[in-house]
Amino acid sequence: MIELQNVAYSYGGGELLSDISLKLAPGSFHFLTGPSGAGKTTFLKLCYMELMASSGLVQAFGRDTRAMDRSEIARNRQRIGVVHQDCQFLDHLSISANVALPLMVAGRDVSHEAENLNDLLSWVGLTHRADALPDELSGGERQRAALARAVIMSPDVVLADEPTGNVDWEMSKRLLTLLVELNKMGKTIMIATHDLNLIRAAKSQVNARVLRISNQRLQLAGSDL
Amino acid sequence: MKLDMEQVVALLKGDTQSAKVVPPSGYTATLTLFTSGAMAFLVVFALALSLATGRLADRWSSELARSSTVRISAPAGQMDAQTRAAAEVLRTTPGVAQARVLSHDEQKALLAPWFGPDLPIDSLPIPQLIEVIEDGDGYDVEGLRLRLSAEAPGAVLDDHTRWRKPLVKAADRLRSLGLFSILLITLATGAMITLAANAALAANKQVIRVLRLVGAQDTYIAQAFVRRFTLRALTGAIAGSVLGMIAMLLLPSASTAGGFLTGLGFQGWHWLWPFIIPPFAAGVAFWATRAAALRSLREQT
Repeated sequence: MIELQNVAYSYGGGELLSDISLKLAPGSFHFLTGPSGAGKTTFLKLCYMELMASSGLVQAFGRDTRAMDRSEIARNRQRIGVVHQDCQFLDHLSISANVALPLMVAGRDVSHEAENLNDLLSWVGLTHRADALPDELSGGERQRAALARAVIMSPDVVLADEPTGNVDWEMSKRLLTLLVELNKMGKTIMIATHDLNLIRAAKSQVNARVLRISNQRLQLAGSDL
Repeated sequence: MKLDMEQVVALLKGDTQSAKVVPPSGYTATLTLFTSGAMAFLVVFALALSLATGRLADRWSSELARSSTVRISAPAGQMDAQTRAAAEVLRTTPGVAQARVLSHDEQKALLAPWFGPDLPIDSLPIPQLIEVIEDGDGYDVEGLRLRLSAEAPGAVLDDHTRWRKPLVKAADRLRSLGLFSILLITLATGAMITLAANAALAANKQVIRVLRLVGAQDTYIAQAFVRRFTLRALTGAIAGSVLGMIAMLLLPSASTAGGFLTGLGFQGWHWLWPFIIPPFAAGVAFWATRAAALRSLREQT
């Protein structure tokens, strides 16, 4: 799916990430953890091609991301569902329109997928808020809507950046359950979080690998969790 | 670029789905409408100017080129004899299709606009005029001059080139200026649309970012803006052209006296020209917005 080989990324000054190699196999479940500012978001951005590696090779679906033009990147993003830390909604559109946005921009007829959309909204428990604007939603509702938007294209990979950052523990568990369900349907999942409780909760439900970024490098975290 | 025609078609059919993803823009839309309308209004006049001066130049160079005048100034006693002699010379000159001695009343009518109808022309020593019409090949001007000076010493041949050339030149220059104005207005419209589109793109930076993140291609995002500005330019230009044409209709029509200068408005099928303005303006807006959007997308994300 997504493969990184000896990848480094530097912001102007120093290197944020260096010598990172990882292969996301189909159907795998990964947690990405590490202190704030360690580069978790940057790592995910490399995976969904918002940033390009300073050195090394990043491949998405077997293609070198640096060799892709902007249209190819756009098409590949339709195969990667991303739950952003700050959700990134269009504030003038309703929740259902926001969730359907990936369909819209892919040129699909949203009215044909209405059933699909309704199923998805009820799966994340937002049927009654479908017509609300993003600003009218609570933090947990926004995160669930973001998750629904991430999976509406039925992507092969779901990347979630701190999906439980702004929500209480009950809601965190509920979001986790949704992500585990997706994994059981065969999706590759990667969750960036610094919430160790979430990781512990997941361990009982799914065979998850935990990766830790520290000192610019990616390590496989042991059983210390 | 090969997709452009499809995009134009999609644009006209109206993919409201993509139009919705960019929030409505409020009063700046009115400014685009207004500017596009004003530009179209100006183009109507620039067009009318170019077409009218074009007509004028054609007329002066073709119609008047085929005629010339012989003027006979002689003492009263010799006038008739010299006129006959000159007319005879003209009649026998190859290349002259027709030579007509103007009657007294005709000469009076020619002078009336300058001196008024009440002037006693009879009491003035007015030269006699002979109108000469060439046939297709024309005549030998120098040869005719020599023959005339031999047969009728008071006759002067005026083949009009002296005053016609600068007039034709001026009319041609005026036509070029009109066409140049249309070019300038087109470029200014393109520049205005580019500025407006850039402002809209900058204001919607976050929207564009989100669209890119969910997998929108540049052409999709650009289309939302392109559609908007093309329709605005089209609407504005329709209003501007219609108002411009009404203004042209209300121009006083040229009288017979002014007919020498030709009317300033559109004539005949030239009235079709202003109908090109709205689609042309829409085309300019389409290209300007598309270029601005694609450039700004590459810079922003």
